Amino acid sequence: MKGNEAIANAAIRCGADAFFGYPITPQSEIIETLALLKPWETTGMVVVQAESEVSSINMVYGGAGAGKRVLTTSSSPGIALMQEGISYMAGAEIPGVIVNVQRGGPGLGTIQPSQSDYFQATRGGGNGDYNVIVLAPNSVQEMADFVDLAFELAFKYRNPAMILSDGVIGQMMEKVVLPPFKPRRTEEEVRKECPWATMGRTKDREPNILTSLELKPEVMELRNIHLQEKYQTIRDNEVRYEAQQCDDADYIIVSFGSAARIGEKAVELARAEGIKVGLFRPITLWPFPSKEIAAAAKGKKGILVSEINAGQMIQDVKLAVNGALPVEHFGRLGGIVPDPEEIVNVLKDKLMR
Amino acid sequence: MANDIIAPENLVYKKPELMNDTPMHYCPGCSHGVVHKLVAEVIEEMGMSEKVVGVCPVGCAVFAYRYLDIDWQEAAHGRAPAVATAIKRLWPDRLVFTYQGDGDLACIGACETIHALNRGENLTMIFINNAIYGMTGGQMAPTTLIGQKTATCPYGRDPKIHGYPLNITELASHLEGTCYVTRQSVENVGAIRKAKAAIKKAFTASMEGKGSSLVEIVSTCNSGWKLSPVKANQWMEEHMFEKYVKGDLKNTLDE
Repeated sequence: MKGNEAIANAAIRCGADAFFGYPITPQSEIIETLALLKPWETTGMVVVQAESEVSSINMVYGGAGAGKRVLTTSSSPGIALMQEGISYMAGAEIPGVIVNVQRGGPGLGTIQPSQSDYFQATRGGGNGDYNVIVLAPNSVQEMADFVDLAFELAFKYRNPAMILSDGVIGQMMEKVVLPPFKPRRTEEEVRKECPWATMGRTKDREPNILTSLELKPEVMELRNIHLQEKYQTIRDNEVRYEAQQCDDADYIIVSFGSAARIGEKAVELARAEGIKVGLFRPITLWPFPSKEIAAAAKGKKGILVSEINAGQMIQDVKLAVNGALPVEHFGRLGGIVPDPEEIVNVLKDKLMR
Repeated sequence: MANDIIAPENLVYKKPELMNDTPMHYCPGCSHGVVHKLVAEVIEEMGMSEKVVGVCPVGCAVFAYRYLDIDWQEAAHGRAPAVATAIKRLWPDRLVFTYQGDGDLACIGACETIHALNRGENLTMIFINNAIYGMTGGQMAPTTLIGQKTATCPYGRDPKIHGYPLNITELASHLEGTCYVTRQSVENVGAIRKAKAAIKKAFTASMEGKGSSLVEIVSTCNSGWKLSPVKANQWMEEHMFEKYVKGDLKNTLDE
């Protein structure tokens, strides 16, 4: 099935309570698939087509704030509209899942794939000092697998989690093993897992108030420090990555998502020519596998950061290796997906002269 | 002597249990305190104290969660109807309401307001219309009257420059998803009693799955209007009620 369809199926199977979304290419198959499958008749999952992405994300805020497993999906321009809501979720520590099937920008841009929302996803995206957990799938299988993972991480840390995909992964068809069915949590289970949730104040506890507002700067600073400590815990515990053929390599290609898929082929082509190249794929873009990249880069001759944008993740790679070796960039823009041959040629041009 | 009459059997009035003793940040003379009390009373009378979730706006009522001991979510400016939609859809047996001002409900959140009402979400919007932005210091609201002076229309609202006052409650009454749309006020005992009955009717309808309700409370903002509380009430009666006529605009409940 398509990557987008995998997201919809995985959401139902992993016990999601609700989906709120607004159609946008190239990810409308997600809400269309949910509408066809009618999960409200089987698992009881709620599916609402909202009036805008602004409303979608605030429905996620409301539903997840009431302790439920809620997701929304969109593509780049729609995700831009959601940034206010994501910032409020981070501030009020509300867990929820956001899927971005990226397309090229800026503005209305194109409906073709891109990875140009990397900065927006990994730097917070809205106002204030915050981070969103960002998972980057490189296959239809990972589109399916990451839905439950994103929910688990979101609720573990009471933080929004994003699946940063793109039009390539959303639209391509692959074989996929869907996750086993997991029932939606009962009211008692929600109460136990989410003692902070607004589901009606019982006499045995104080009222639950979810807000990101605090006018006293001394208190607000403490809240921010609490958030920063939480982000550090996430950095310490949740880094995920994949390294292919990096041990004997002279050069490393660093790519995420669909670019990493193309990078696998580039590695194969380069090795056929006798050039020892490895692939390092960050799976969590935030927290970023900085230490792991620095370790993998030891003794290598250079790194090529290949991403479908004008050079965004390269900043994190450069910070990770801190000048220890040359780091070059390759990217195509405006919805063009690069060929593996191009990547090998750029690697030769920029790093092997 | 005075202490002798303080006994439970002599009690004729008390603060609702859901209202705590936190000093309110509202200006003396403001309508918010009265409406908060009515909401608390209705929740208690319906026996919903443990099954209610409120959604606060951005505006003067941003701190409503400080005063009523129930579960609350603080929404981004204008987004309360979207937030409430999800809570109600996911916990259908809970009483869910939003509490919003004119800037929040009728301006920045007009889209969310109209669509939540039009979907017929089983929730109630309490709409405080005082024709001015109180929290930010008295700027023009979507409901500011023609000729009314505010910080951003200091020479009076001129439709050529500022457009016309938006009667969103009227608009809501034409939406198929609404079951009860009413306009009330709280300047005297009679009005307060009517307003309370309206809130109770709306809350009851939302629990019975009848659709969306909008209860507008035409209110004063004596600080923003730069009038004493008494004069603000007079000004409201003389000017606001002409444009914002009180009474039910839609009532499918008694049919």
